[in-house]
Amino acid sequence: MIFKDNLPIYIQIMNIIKKRIVSGNLKEGEKLPSVRELSTELKVNPNTIQRSYQELERENLVFTQRGMGTFITEDKEIIKELKRDMASSIINNFIENMKSLGFTSQDIIELVNNEVKEVK
Amino acid sequence: MTNIIEIKGLSKSYLNKKALNNLDLNIEKGKVVGILGPNGSGKTTLIKIITGILRQSKGEILIDGSKPGVYTKSIVSYLPDRNFLYKWMTVEDSIKFYKDFYKDFDESKAYELLKFMKLDRKAKVESLSKGMNEKLNLTLVLSRNAKIYILDEPIAGVDPVARDQILDAIIKNYNRESTMIITTHLVRDMENIFDDVVFLREGVVELSGNAEELREERSMQIDDLYKEIFG
Repeated sequence: MIFKDNLPIYIQIMNIIKKRIVSGNLKEGEKLPSVRELSTELKVNPNTIQRSYQELERENLVFTQRGMGTFITEDKEIIKELKRDMASSIINNFIENMKSLGFTSQDIIELVNNEVKEVK
Repeated sequence: MTNIIEIKGLSKSYLNKKALNNLDLNIEKGKVVGILGPNGSGKTTLIKIITGILRQSKGEILIDGSKPGVYTKSIVSYLPDRNFLYKWMTVEDSIKFYKDFYKDFDESKAYELLKFMKLDRKAKVESLSKGMNEKLNLTLVLSRNAKIYILDEPIAGVDPVARDQILDAIIKNYNRESTMIITTHLVRDMENIFDDVVFLREGVVELSGNAEELREERSMQIDDLYKEIFG
């Protein structure tokens, strides 16, 4: 796997896992692949994967059970919050981009409204 | 952290050309270290001094506390950048050959790796393609229970499938008790497996550090950093 963003790889791997959680590909309480497995799957140094898991644990998104592995949190509130966080970071990004193109807040809302209707 | 290799003021001259110029470098135990630099930057000279094939002109080098010699050769497993097997051998012969040569050679690990690499044990060495040859050489080198593995350009000139198998084998073989030193100029393909990277230019260390910290500090991948330094 080739990582392109200008971010450390452990953060990019955290983001991949977060996306999988939010989209429901990884369910509450589900076991994550072992460090070794993910390391061979992504062809990334095991220490980097370890770091990603540690940071996800610090954010309370996963927990480790000794000798069993690493699991997605069972706390629905935490997952909801992650969903909100990811949504607002996408939206903020978008708004920033639109404003740099000269659109006002009102323009943006109108444009989004129209687009969403069309998608429906 | 303990240093498995300590290098101080290392120089190597060939007649009037300086391949290494007062180089300082420490390598920590248990790390996968990428040594990066263009052709002629001193990578192979450095590796040949670590493996005891060449002697430095000046400076000091300690490997697990000892100067290069009989002991250090017994703990260093080295993959040269060219084929080192005899043409008349079969794959199986090459394993026996290695077993006779090295006390720390693990035959069952070798056969396991052969299977993983999808190599036929009855095949003749001379019939192997470049990629298969590289996989066989790597199998032999990784099957020693060494403290230090040195891989000189392990994926140069092999196809993408073989490259992935080689990367897998390196990752699978990684453990905290041994250290891996890998030289490459194919930075994009290999950078994800490094803990630390060392950029060599004209025989000196231009930049070195933890790969993830460098990505964070410079907001770029190691490959982009490589292009910035050497481009």
